[in-house]
Amino acid sequence: MSSSVALARTIRSHALRMVHHANASHIGSCLSMADLLAVLYRTVLRVDPARPEWPDRDRVLLSKGHGAAVMYAVLAERGFFPVEWLDTYCDDGSKLPGHITSRDVPGVEVSTGSLGHGLPIASGIALAGKRDGKTYRTFVILSDGELDEGSNWEAILFAAHHRLDTLVAIVDYNEIQSFGRVKDVIDLEPLAEKWRACRWAVREIDGHDHAQIEEALSGVPFEPGKPSCVIAHTVKGKGVSFMEDSLAWHYKSPDAEQLARALAEVRGEE
Amino acid sequence: MRTAFIETLCDLAAEDDRIWLVTGDLGYSVLERFAERFPGRYVNAGVAEQNMTGVAAGLALSGKIVFAYSIANFPIMRCLEQVRNDVCYHGLNVKIVAVGGGFAYGAAGYTHYGVEDIAVMRALPAMSVVAPGDPTEARLLTRALVEHSGPCYMRLGKAREPVVHEGEPKLAIGKAILLREGSDLALMSTGGMLKTAVEVAQGLGADGMSVRVLSMHTVKPLDGEAVQAALRETSAVFTLEEHRETGGLGSAVAEVVAESGVHCTSVRHTGVRGVIFKRFGIKDEVLHEIGSQDYLRERSGLSPNGIIAAIREVMARAR
Repeated sequence: MSSSVALARTIRSHALRMVHHANASHIGSCLSMADLLAVLYRTVLRVDPARPEWPDRDRVLLSKGHGAAVMYAVLAERGFFPVEWLDTYCDDGSKLPGHITSRDVPGVEVSTGSLGHGLPIASGIALAGKRDGKTYRTFVILSDGELDEGSNWEAILFAAHHRLDTLVAIVDYNEIQSFGRVKDVIDLEPLAEKWRACRWAVREIDGHDHAQIEEALSGVPFEPGKPSCVIAHTVKGKGVSFMEDSLAWHYKSPDAEQLARALAEVRGEE
Repeated sequence: MRTAFIETLCDLAAEDDRIWLVTGDLGYSVLERFAERFPGRYVNAGVAEQNMTGVAAGLALSGKIVFAYSIANFPIMRCLEQVRNDVCYHGLNVKIVAVGGGFAYGAAGYTHYGVEDIAVMRALPAMSVVAPGDPTEARLLTRALVEHSGPCYMRLGKAREPVVHEGEPKLAIGKAILLREGSDLALMSTGGMLKTAVEVAQGLGADGMSVRVLSMHTVKPLDGEAVQAALRETSAVFTLEEHRETGGLGSAVAEVVAESGVHCTSVRHTGVRGVIFKRFGIKDEVLHEIGSQDYLRERSGLSPNGIIAAIREVMARAR
């Protein structure tokens, strides 16, 4: 089995090819969470690709559904469905739309796309598990920008009140949202303190450091009786120098020449 | 109706441990009996309908049959996108129950008028829309919702609605219930207007008219067969609802009428038979008046006498 670092390289490459093929947006959002997904799916999750509906599996909900490409890539690489499906991303009649869907895509728990939906649903799944005496964990990946949505803060209060300590929120804090820097649009700081004040146990990590990611995600719950929040400090477009920390690459799709350069960088050839 | 609902839900929950009840911090003196009997399957999600709906979806994804309860517009409009995306997109077993449909909270003011709910819910794919006409139908529909797979919206009245049905009718989602046979005209009612429909039928019956009364407890999927039969077998069809004229039962029936090939008025001298069609509902305007349910119905032309007078006039003009 390849390492999480190798898996991260592979899924970054897939995502780049997919958005190029589809002339799609959101490559920056995919690259910022590639390391988080690689570690989750390589070393943290209790899942069985042969049994995607296994009742005791860990759940992963991608609340930032626009990061679909890299999520499909990690699921395909992990064996939930054929890697060839990735070549159909956003095509007419494809199973794989630009915002993630669970419909006929093994391994995807819920369909999202509009922001602020994942954490409430994850809270319901975690509550069901807790009341049914199950031990599965529910991970939900949020963007920073979607923390503007009030629905998330409703869920943050709810999950703490119900002591949902099998619930883990991972914030992909790349500091850029759709139309500007987070600090300029709606500043989230002090973000960790906000979650803590809402009675979540919080850790801040470098979201590209695989050892830190594994240490944090394997160590949940951080405190018994509290839901866990991992604030992952990330770089939008991480891994491709000309895409890093750039608002434009929330929207742009690489042309053939840019794709070749990006793939070379991701493979570590430059 | 809310008592009929919660009593039935408790009976069903005793037999089926998949049944959960989630509320948006409302239901004082109503939901306690469920909460006390089934604390492990009861959640007060607080005054937070978006999260409530997402949580309901998460529970349903985990195999539960979830009733999500609140007042009037709160469980459908505040969280409309959660209903559309979380519940309907995934085809989940979430049954949204709104108490206080129509003007049931009339003295509370405009925010509490549930008069666009059917139109809004009817627009969503995968969503079934039901509105019981009396406590008997509320009981039967609650049972039917559990048996039905997928998203549903149920509009309830409030408390102390009269029982209209004599005995227990056969009820299936999507099938109108015939309360009274008639061949001159048909009244189609949804929700709490059923009693009014029966009273209107009695009033017009005294004029010598033979009046059919149908309870359209399901607005979606609409019983198009019942509409077609009324168009064939009577000469006038009227819809009654404590809801906007736009988008509710009247609109749903109008869609069937418009595509039925039947003319809506007789064409003089040609011998072409026409059927009169008219909707009784609430006008498309922000209503600043408040008052009792009966008062607001009267102001909207929905009192029995108001409807009788309007139908008499329409029928006289057509002769």
